[in-house]
Formats: sequence, structure tokens, C-alpha cells
Amino acid sequence: MKSSSNAIEIADLVKTFGPTRALDGLDLTVRAGEVHGFLGPNGAGKSTTIRVLLGLLRADSGTVRLLGGDPWGEAVALHRRLAYVPGDVELWPNLTGGEAIDLLARLRGGLDPKRRARLLERFELDPSKKGRTYSKGNRQKVALVAALASRAELLLLDEPTAGLDPLMEAVFQELIGEAKENGQTVLLSSHIMAQVEKLCDRVSIVRQGSVVQSGSLDELRHLTRTSVEATTGRPASGLEELPGVHDVRVTPAEGTGPDATRVTFSVDGPHLERAVSRLAGFGVRSLLSHPPTLEELMLRHYGDRHHGDRHHGDSRHDDSPHGDPHGDLRGGENGDHRDDASRAAGR
Amino acid sequence: MSGAATAPAAGAAEAPATAPAPAGGPAGPFAGTGTMVRFALRRDRVRLPVWLGLLTLTTAASVGSFQSTYPEPADRATVAETFRSPAGLAMSGPERYLDGGYSLGAMTAHQLLGFFTLAVGLMAVLTVVRHSRVEEESGRAELVRSGVLGRHAQLAAALLVAGGACLLLGALLAGTLASMGVEGVTAGGAALYGAASATLGLAFTGAAGVAAQVTPFSRGATGLGCAVLGAAYALRAVGDVGPSAFSWLSPIGWAQRAYPFLDDRWWPLLLHLGLAAAATVAAFWLSTRRDLGAGLRPARPGRPGAVAWLAMPFGLAFRLGRGLTLGFAAGALLFGVMLGSVLSDAEQMLEEVEEMAAQLVGASTTDIFISVCLTILAGAGLAAVVAALTRARAEETGGRAEPLLATALSRTAWIGGQLAFALGGATLVLLAAGLGLGAAGAASVGDAALLPEVALASLAYAPAVWFTGGVTLALYGWFPRATAAAWAIPGYAMGVVFLGEVVNLPRALRELSPLTHVPSVPAEGFEAVPLLVLTFLATGLSWLGVLGLRRRDLGLP
Repeated sequence: MKSSSNAIEIADLVKTFGPTRALDGLDLTVRAGEVHGFLGPNGAGKSTTIRVLLGLLRADSGTVRLLGGDPWGEAVALHRRLAYVPGDVELWPNLTGGEAIDLLARLRGGLDPKRRARLLERFELDPSKKGRTYSKGNRQKVALVAALASRAELLLLDEPTAGLDPLMEAVFQELIGEAKENGQTVLLSSHIMAQVEKLCDRVSIVRQGSVVQSGSLDELRHLTRTSVEATTGRPASGLEELPGVHDVRVTPAEGTGPDATRVTFSVDGPHLERAVSRLAGFGVRSLLSHPPTLEELMLRHYGDRHHGDRHHGDSRHDDSPHGDPHGDLRGGENGDHRDDASRAAGR
Repeated sequence: MSGAATAPAAGAAEAPATAPAPAGGPAGPFAGTGTMVRFALRRDRVRLPVWLGLLTLTTAASVGSFQSTYPEPADRATVAETFRSPAGLAMSGPERYLDGGYSLGAMTAHQLLGFFTLAVGLMAVLTVVRHSRVEEESGRAELVRSGVLGRHAQLAAALLVAGGACLLLGALLAGTLASMGVEGVTAGGAALYGAASATLGLAFTGAAGVAAQVTPFSRGATGLGCAVLGAAYALRAVGDVGPSAFSWLSPIGWAQRAYPFLDDRWWPLLLHLGLAAAATVAAFWLSTRRDLGAGLRPARPGRPGAVAWLAMPFGLAFRLGRGLTLGFAAGALLFGVMLGSVLSDAEQMLEEVEEMAAQLVGASTTDIFISVCLTILAGAGLAAVVAALTRARAEETGGRAEPLLATALSRTAWIGGQLAFALGGATLVLLAAGLGLGAAGAASVGDAALLPEVALASLAYAPAVWFTGGVTLALYGWFPRATAAAWAIPGYAMGVVFLGEVVNLPRALRELSPLTHVPSVPAEGFEAVPLLVLTFLATGLSWLGVLGLRRRDLGLP
């Protein structure tokens, strides 16, 4: 069984609220020891998934395994091994932050007082203030300290830094790095692309209740078009005939020689090699390539209204709907054909 | 909702950004009040009509029942004499109503005014707090006040809506009573009856406005408002049994001493209006002495860490609920002391009507008085248990249960801690009432044996309280959205206590109230069977509730 190496295994999860289908056949696998980014637009089903994992909501259908157990039936035993930070932290107005931290951590099975003190210091949090006097960011810190002060196997973090300032965001990233070194598994739902790019080993992108892409960032990037900008000694031609190459534009390059040409195009990941070899034949003087940012990957899946109004500095124009890697990456674990692509890219 | 008041907000919405203060519209501290009033009315479009309809209809139904049950002057004379006892007066109103034939009008005012003005006060308190402190506590007020809204607009709107509801209720009551054509229920008296209800509502509207400034918590503000209401009721009960000066300290007493249908004197209502004006001014003044979202006192730092017992389910429930339950207990103790302190007056009064006493069912009349007081005080126990258990729903929808239940705390343990605290706390409220009544009664009549006897008797109501807790939990487990419906139990039970007998409510309907099944100790003998049945039902319903909670989705924000 995979359960020994996977912290979370969700297959075909469905959850409805009345007429709303919040989760519609969601699949998600989080391997033990990895930091897994969980991305998606508002209302895509991220929080619902996490709440199903916590046994707060009951799945309508599908299988959900958390740390090898059933999150609904064995909630209490599993909760001893995980820590959770909700997106909207609500505290008890008449309990102090310190009391809330101790309460949550002790209910989970205790905390390391030294670690608690160190975390309070790093987050610059005053634990003696009453819950209602904390700002959003400070409420978030209370939940983070409570979660990180325990050495839980699994951290379920639902947009945990939404209210934190950049300095605290940096502290959070350090702490997640430490958690990873300690072998803790992290499921990080987030909207902050830089955070995910920095922290996550693998990501899953969820949209309208199902995961549309899952894999490592490299894999995701590879399966999306890379934009290439080159200056060649001779006019580049024939690029548009190559498979997977789009939006070719050839213009005379100024001040670099009589025949020098500036060429820009975008190319699907698996075809990058051939396009670059073709380019080499024209005497490459400069070459610039932009792998897609995570943001671009996300926008690709963020609904139709985002298509067509993207204008990034790298002159990519992928309004045309090709290079869509859904088919390649769906059900991300058995990535046989993806491996071919990876090898091609690796050479 | 005058046009002048709405003009600034409407104008500002249309005005370009370069003209923040629209010409001609006031931009003072009350700017936008009209908009807020309309907004509040929109939010309360079901709630307030239900309140008004329910109060008007039950009043009319009660009067109708008086007319059919006591058609002859002789019938009314008989019932008047049964109320000429300390217990009867504590439950109804001043003795003055009983003189002069006890017309249907006098009966209406005597029997209904005290109880229904309690409900009017409650409506005023809940409405004011809902539109002022609740908004601040939730943080919505911050958003709203960032608009073109004067500093006082929100409180002003809350007071206007609550006050307006009270005035409308007064008009409805006056109109309904006058149009019923019941003999003795005169148009002038009906107008005064309605007006007294309305002005009492205005007084409590003002008081609630003050309560909403004092504490940063909406539950605290509601509690404070209800405490004032309870004190007003207790003072009038004491004044009607003992020295009448106490009644003159109570707005409910003022309403009753307007003597509608009897003397029809209007001037006591001026006391209401004076109190309403003073309290309103105080509320606005206090609101300028504090920050948005804060209470009058600045929040003090607390413990930087939790005590060991906080992480135990009962400990947590205790820590979160102790303020409210202690408030109930203190109120019950005080109410008990007040009623107990007039026990000697009660004895004295009974000697005067010795022949009457002889006709009463075997029991000593002080015992009857004590039993009636305990039944009234049991209402505090019922309310305490519902208040403590409905907190679970607030914790759940407020998002505070979510991180707790994501720990190794099981749902059963979480709700179990709250159930244990709610049942234990409410039992303590009963005991506090019994101790207060017993101690003051013992001191009043010089019989120390009364203290343990009354204290023990108060515990006879515990199974009814537990049963109410069981119903609340069952609702919470299976119909979480309807959890607040559990408040109908204390409401209905008190209705049966105060009016069940006199409006001749059918036995079956009376038995819907758990208090009906409690033996009236010490007036009547102790019966174990109904109490065991109630305890059994309480256990079953609680178990059912836990079962429901364990199998359903949590309602998360």
C-alpha cells in the first residue's frame, strides 16, 4: 500500500451543500515529508477539502485517507498527529492569545514550552492580550504558534499567512523550511505564489471542486509553454513549421549587424529542445527564455475571464487554447508519459 | 425616517468624490441615521412583526379567555380573592386592582401588564443590542462606519427602531383591546394600557442603549439589560406584597400603577419617559467616552498562558460560560432575597384574611408563597441552561469550534463539557435562588429552619431544567439552525406559570411546560415519579443530541 508513504490520499471526493457541488471528484495525494502547495481561486474547494480531511465535514462519496486512517471515523486519533491553522482565525474574545495557544496545543496532546516561547519571540506576539484586541495578523500568529509549537506529523495550513506582514511572512517561510527538515508533512493552501514557489515541493491546482493539475513545479512548468527571445546572426526562418511552436515574430535587430534578427516565440515544453536546435543554425548571439511563472500557471486555470487579458513583459500571447496540459497531468501520480517529457527536458 | 435624516446619506452616495459633504445635508454625528433605520428594519422585517404579532395576539387571547372564563361579576370576585394573597400578588400586580369589583378591564391590567411588559422590555433589549453591540463585536460596524455615517447614527438607529417597535406595539395593543368590545375594557383604559406598554418599552430601550456601551460583549450587554429587567420585575413583586415603595423603583411598577381601566392615571408614564430620555442621553454620552468595539474600561492584559484545567472540556466550558452563569446565579439570588424579605409581610397579610386562608388547600399560605416564588425563580434556571447550551451553536458558527475540533478533542467531549457545565451551572442558579429566598425568608419570619427547607425545595426544579437542556441539545444536534428555538421553553413555561391558571389554559397545553410537572414543594407533597421521568427524558434527549452532533457536518463560517 502507498499509505505508508502518502500522508494524504483523496480519490474522487464529492461534497455537496444542498444544490452546490463544492467538491466534484477531487483527487489529491500528498507524500509524507513533502510541502504540498494547494492552489486555486476563491471558492474552488480548498477549505472544504481541508475540512473533510479534518473530519469536520463528512464526504458524500469518494475515498479519503489521512495518515493512513479515516478522517471521519478516526478523527480524534488522527488529530493528535496533525496541527491545523484555519484561514480565518477566530479567537475567544475573553481568552488571551497565550491561553488560546495553550488550549489548542494541549488539546492536541501537549506542546514544548521552549518552542512556544521561541515562536512567540520570532512572531513578536504578545500572549497576554485578550482575543478580541488582536488584529487579523496577530490572530493568525496565535494559530500558527499553536500549530508549530507541537511537533505534529502533518500541518494543514489553510491560507495561514493571509494577514501577516512581509517580515512575518519571511519568519513563516523559515519555520516551514524547518518543519520540512524535521520531516513534517505540510499541506499549504495559499494564494501567495512566491510563497508556494519558495516552499513547495509539489503543487495541486484545484478549480471548481476538482484538481486540474498536480505535480512538481518543474513538471508543471515543463508542460506549459516557455517563451523564448533570441537574437540571431542570420534571419531565423521555418520556426513556425515546428510542432509546439507558437506566436513566432521575426523583426530586424537594431545595431547588431546587417542580417541580425530578433525572434520571439513560445514553445510547449516537450518541443523546446528541437526549437532551440533549429535556432542554433542561425547563429545565436543572445538567448533569453522565461519559464512560466506559477502565477501564469494559475491564471491558466483560473477561469475564462482571465484568458485573453494577460499582458506580461515577456511578450507571450497564449490566447489560443493550445498547450493545455490537463490530459497529461490528470491523476498526477502515474506520470509515465510525463517522465518522457522530463527526460527530454533534462538533456 | 424623516426625509431630512436620509438626505445626507443618499446625497453622499450620488455625490462625486470631490464633494464629501453634500450641500444642504447635515454632516453631523447623526448623519445617515435614516439609512441605518431602513437597513435595520430590512434586517428585522420578520423578527419585529413576529414580536409585535405574538404579543398583541396573546394579549387579545388572554382577554378573550378572561371574558369567557369569568363572565359574571361573582366569578371575578372569587378569582380576585384568590389573588389577594402574597403569592397571587407577587405573580400579578398591586392589590389596588382587586378593589372595586375587579372588572374585566382591571383583571386585564392586573394579570397581564406585569408579565407582558416583561416581554416588551425583552424585545427592546434584544433589538437595541442586536443593532448596536452585536454589530460592533462582529466588526461589521467598522465597515459601516467607514461610510458617510455620523458617530451616533448606529446607536440612534438602534434606539429608533426599538423605540418605534414599542410605540407601534402600544398602538396595536390599544387598538386591539378597544376594539374587542369587552365589558369593562374601556377605550380610554385601552389607550393607557397600550401607552404604558409603549413607554415602558422606551425606558428599556434607553437602558439597553446604556448596557450596550458598558460591555464590549453583546452577550454581556443582553445579560445586563435582562438583569435590569429582572430587577424591575423583582422590585415590583416585592412592592406589591410588601412596602409599595419598592414598586415605585421599578418601571414595571410604574406601568402597573397607572391603573388602566381603574383610575386611568397617565402621570406615571412620565416616569418612563424621563427614564428613557435620561438613559438615551447617557448612552450617547457614554458612547463618546469609548472607542468603537471597546467597552467603557480598556481591555487589560491577561494571563500569558493557560491554567492546566482550561484544556479539559469542562474547564473550557466553565471558563467561557462562567460569567453568564454567575450573572444568572447572582440575579436569582438577589431576586430570591427580595421575595424572601417580604415573607413576614406575607404572613401578616394572611392573618388579615384569615377566613380566606382557611379555605385554601390544607397547605400553609407561606408555603404557597414560597412555592410560587420558586416556580418563578425556576425561570432563571431554564433561561440559564438554554443560554449556556446555545453558546455551542455560537462557537460553531463563529469559527471558534473549528480549531478546537481539529485537535484531539472529540465532538462528544466538546459538547459533553458544555452540557455538564450548562446543567451544573443552571442547577446552581436554582440553588442560589433557593438560598436567597430561604435565607431572607428565614430572617424575615425568624425561622432558621426555613433556609435548608427552601434551598432543598429549589432543587426539585432541577430535573425540569435538565429536561430543557436536553431539548436544547437535541435541537442543536439535529436541527442546528433551530437551536435558538429552545428559548421558547423558558418563555412558554413562564407564560404558563403567570397566566396558565387565570386564562384557564387547557391542562394538556399546561403540561407542555416542564415546570408543570414539578411538584409544588413545599406547598404540596414531594413526588419522585415526575422528576425521575424528566431526568430520564433529559438523559435520552441529551444522548440524542450528542448523537446528532456526531453525525452531522459542522456549520462553519
